[in-house]
Amino acid sequence: MQLIPCPWCGPREEVEFHYGGQAHVSYPADPAALSDEEWARFVFFRDNPRGPFAERWSHTAGCRRWFNAVRDTRSYELHAVYRLDEERPVTT
Amino acid sequence: MSADFRLPSGGRIDRDTRLRFTFNGQSLAGRKGDTLASALLANGLHQVTTSIKYGRPRGIMAAGVEEPNALVQVAEPFSEPMLTATTVELCDGLVADGLVGHGRLDTEPDTARYDAKHAHCDVLVVGAGPAGLAAALTAARAGSRVVLVDDQNEAGGSLLGRDDYLDERSSDAWVCDVIAELAAAPDVLLLDRTTAFGAYQDGFVLALQRRTDDLGFDAPRHVSRHRIWRIRAKQTVIATGAHERPIVFSDNDRPGIMLAGAARTYLHRYGVQVGRRIGVFTTNDSAYHAAIELAEAGMDVPVLIDARHTVPPKLSAECATRGIDVYPGHVVTGTEGQERLTDVHIRSITGGHADTVVCDTLLVSGGWNPAVHLFSQLGGSLRYAPELGAYVPGESLSSARVAGSAAGAIELMACIEQGAEAGRAAVTAAGFRPAAEIPVPFADARADEAAATVLWRVPGSENAEEDTQFVDLQRDVTVSDVTRATGAGLESLEHVKRYTTIGTAHDQGKTSGMLAAAIVAEELGADLADRRPTTFRPPYTSVSFAALGGRDRGELYDPIRVTALHDWHVAHGAEFEDVGQWKRARHYPRQGEDMHAAVLRECRAAREGVALMDGSTLGKIDLQGPDAAELLDMLYTNMMSTLKVGRIRYGVMCGIDGMVIDDGTVIRLADDHFLLTTTTGNAAMVLDWIEEWLQTEWPHLRVFATSVTEHWVTVPLVGPKSRDVLAAVAPDLDVSNDAFGFMTWQDAVLDVADGIPARICRISFSGELAYEINVNAWDGLALWEALINAGEPYGITPYGTETMHVLRAEKGYPIVGQDTDGTVTPQDLGMSWAVSKKKADFIGKRSFSRAENLRPDRKQLVGLVPADPTVLLPEGAHIIESDHLPEPPVRMLGHVTSSYDSAALGRTFALALLRSGRDRIGEKLYAPVDDQLVPVTVTETVLYDKEGARRDG
Amino acid sequence: MTADIRTRRSPLDGWAERLAELAPAVEVAERPFRTHVTLRLRDAGRAAAVSAVLGVELPRTPCTFTRGDGPHGPVEVAWLGPDEYLVLAEPGLQRTLESALRQAIGDASGAVIDVSAQRTTLTLSGPKARDLLAHGCAIDLHPSVSPSGTCVQALLAQSGIVLLVRDADAGEFTVLVRASFAIYLATWLLDAGVEYREYREVPV
Repeated sequence: MQLIPCPWCGPREEVEFHYGGQAHVSYPADPAALSDEEWARFVFFRDNPRGPFAERWSHTAGCRRWFNAVRDTRSYELHAVYRLDEERPVTT
Repeated sequence: MSADFRLPSGGRIDRDTRLRFTFNGQSLAGRKGDTLASALLANGLHQVTTSIKYGRPRGIMAAGVEEPNALVQVAEPFSEPMLTATTVELCDGLVADGLVGHGRLDTEPDTARYDAKHAHCDVLVVGAGPAGLAAALTAARAGSRVVLVDDQNEAGGSLLGRDDYLDERSSDAWVCDVIAELAAAPDVLLLDRTTAFGAYQDGFVLALQRRTDDLGFDAPRHVSRHRIWRIRAKQTVIATGAHERPIVFSDNDRPGIMLAGAARTYLHRYGVQVGRRIGVFTTNDSAYHAAIELAEAGMDVPVLIDARHTVPPKLSAECATRGIDVYPGHVVTGTEGQERLTDVHIRSITGGHADTVVCDTLLVSGGWNPAVHLFSQLGGSLRYAPELGAYVPGESLSSARVAGSAAGAIELMACIEQGAEAGRAAVTAAGFRPAAEIPVPFADARADEAAATVLWRVPGSENAEEDTQFVDLQRDVTVSDVTRATGAGLESLEHVKRYTTIGTAHDQGKTSGMLAAAIVAEELGADLADRRPTTFRPPYTSVSFAALGGRDRGELYDPIRVTALHDWHVAHGAEFEDVGQWKRARHYPRQGEDMHAAVLRECRAAREGVALMDGSTLGKIDLQGPDAAELLDMLYTNMMSTLKVGRIRYGVMCGIDGMVIDDGTVIRLADDHFLLTTTTGNAAMVLDWIEEWLQTEWPHLRVFATSVTEHWVTVPLVGPKSRDVLAAVAPDLDVSNDAFGFMTWQDAVLDVADGIPARICRISFSGELAYEINVNAWDGLALWEALINAGEPYGITPYGTETMHVLRAEKGYPIVGQDTDGTVTPQDLGMSWAVSKKKADFIGKRSFSRAENLRPDRKQLVGLVPADPTVLLPEGAHIIESDHLPEPPVRMLGHVTSSYDSAALGRTFALALLRSGRDRIGEKLYAPVDDQLVPVTVTETVLYDKEGARRDG
Repeated sequence: MTADIRTRRSPLDGWAERLAELAPAVEVAERPFRTHVTLRLRDAGRAAAVSAVLGVELPRTPCTFTRGDGPHGPVEVAWLGPDEYLVLAEPGLQRTLESALRQAIGDASGAVIDVSAQRTTLTLSGPKARDLLAHGCAIDLHPSVSPSGTCVQALLAQSGIVLLVRDADAGEFTVLVRASFAIYLATWLLDAGVEYREYREVPV
């Protein structure tokens, strides 16, 4: 049972969290202006890197806040968690 | 035959407490403190079972969890299908049988209790042997929180019953002192009979504690039999010791052939002599101690066969004085005996001398494999140590340290020192300052005199048919099986493991894994140092599902959520259905009614009189803030910002892919205040969905969402007489259609008790005149009973979810999750009317114009009426075009999503998702049901009251 | 106007005797009908006004609660999120508190909502209360980690709870549980507490 450090509540068991997929994928400002292909990219396509990956998580069983995390998809290790209003930190 | 092999003194058993037990039908006796294995050996019984593949007699080979042979099925006092005799503590009345490979699950329910408990600590120490005790003591003296787990019934590990001296006192006394000090410390948790079986990320370790098995029938019923400890440690010290490694030779599997260290354990802990006439075969000094100690205890030890040419001089001399002939540079080439060993064949490695020795027991030591399982589970890499012939931890991990023989240490002093050092490092890493003095006692245990050699096997027959050189005794895998795998081109140990099944049995290859790795390397001409060992995965030892399940079984298996009216439903004979975790009343059968009859009656009441149901499970979300309307316009496909205060609007929510995810109503309480309802199953999802958009995309919106699902009890009051009933309980409310129109809401104080405040919505999910009455959940029962009383003159009838489904289906109202499956757009449902064309954007809008979603042959929701009005289509039935089943592949046009018998229509009907469905209205299609093709006609979705005349009563 | 108290039913109505069986190891009791008001407030400038209404400071530290006596009697304010608080007060104050809080936040970005029946309140105390919770709650409740004033939203068994540590050293806790989960949780507590029923304080 991995611990995920909620930026507010601190480290909690992973069962308290919901995964929200890739971070920093913004809802397009004007969806109508996008071609079908561009729109499909937004809806269906996400990165799947081997290594550090910026993801969204929500502490659903706790404070219900969304936040971002940089997680290594090989080791599951969380290199950083940061609030939505914070920049992605530099991680090694 | 029940010869007494119990020595007159010695061991740590309670000699005054005699325990009776039955093994393979034979009545036997042991002593308190015995394991089943030690008790069997005390009775002179070595053979426990026969092997899974070849049916060869197999006996007790080890004294702990590494045992590959002695599988038993326990029948009394608890039932367990597969245990090893070496790990079963004896209790009075124990009934067990030897097991050939497969256990049998009891068909009776297990009435024992199982539970779990969380524990948190700064330092977790696994193993209470010399290294673990030193680590725990060091950590505890620094003032940290310590958990010490050990799988035996008492602490001490390899020190138990041995005559080593520490600081000039017996090692027993040292163990007692350490345990006493730890027990007295305020934040130390000592767990015996507890096996740490899984080590995971972030200091998480799972351990199984056997709490009452040793008490047998006297086990208190209120105490859990097994407990899973969920331990969260900042730092972990792994001091799990080592498992002795056998040597492979022909006929190395006969009962009486045993690991040398196990024989010492049986002697020192249980006062048991493992045989009368004992041969020893070794590659290292440790078995000399076994030989000497057994001889001292009165056993005849005629030979010690040492694979080394250079033997330890002092130990050899001590053997000589006890009449033990030491054969340097010799090996065991084979054995004789059926149910028990009778003879051992020996030969000089260099050739020449060969002999046969009469023995009933052969002790074997091929060296020691550090128990690196937990370390490997944590992802720690292993390194091959050629001097040990074993894998040892190859690195240190930031939060886990390995100490003692688990790290490859051989000598007692080194184990204690390593333990203390690991404890010191761990407690420092956990943020404590360890005491200046590390409590390392001086051990006078003797150092090894001669270096160990590494010998994996003594070559035997190369004819696979005759090969009896067993590598994995539990799987009956021989050297030939391994060479067949390598001969077939398999090189990776993982592949060989899967090809031969080696290491995959109950014991997970604790005695065979290293041997298999070595033999494979030998066959490939590779160096073990360059080879990857197989990865150790949890669990280290078998854990029963009962233990893992803990108390999450029976009524606690999954939370049962109930409404405030639940007890009333139960008292009035409701049948329930599970909707997610909720228990919902499905129907209320009267005497002699089946569900079909009850539902027809409930439907009739709703359509012709008045009926009420418990709708409290409906999700309810309070939405407040000046930008709430703006958010709702994005969340729902239709326009919500134009909704007037006091009014209600139905809405559909889609994902960004344009597929329907939920529907419900939106009630405008004030300009900046709304109440949303969601489907029962999606309440949490919708709240999360709202928060996701609010927090991650539109944080500038000033909107606050709060779940109020359980704050309210919601009672739909349905039917032409519902207005009269409402008027009776809300005399101050003008219930006329003009004053209280469709899709509006009113607050009122009900004439119930001292006056219950209620929010009443004119919403209908049945097409009938209907109200949804919401009150504070505490007042729910009072409301419900008041409605029942007020409705009595009209024959008010409680109805359940089944009737609700029929009523809504007659009106063509889809249920999200039943008539939709995540691939259905609002347009597919025929709900284009609920999709705004005015709004610039909302979630899902852009996807509606994707080519895929514009295809004319999309599946669309339609009604179906079977030609035979009594035939009920099964939900899920497929729809095809032809009146006979063509050759596969059959073109499927869609499937039935809802199907009911309707009192109002006097016939059966269904809803279906059908390819180009709306273009097919009027067509005759077929549904294959069992062996028949049921003809159906495609209709519009609304089958009852198409003009909507009933809505206003 | 309020409903007749005699006709009200709390989620654990009728469970008092069964819960009492866990004593003296664990004293468990439902405190029904208490006032629970959710307060959302993004504008820190209004915190003082809110505090004045309640007589209690809003908790500034995540996972804590504050308590005190104010104009509305004893009040606890639990931190549920960066802009979310749960105000806990004596029964019958929901209307009063709702309007007082609304007035206090004024036109600031915030919300007030009565959620009194959404959750029910259980108090746990006694020598084995902490142990009982440890059977189903992964939070470290050692006084050094979760001192008095701690308030966490977590899982107890398979139910979400709000857990308030009233007195860490004495082992006194408040558990708020969603009404629909209350019977599940009570059933679980009774089951988990079975082995402590034998517990008797050892005389010193």
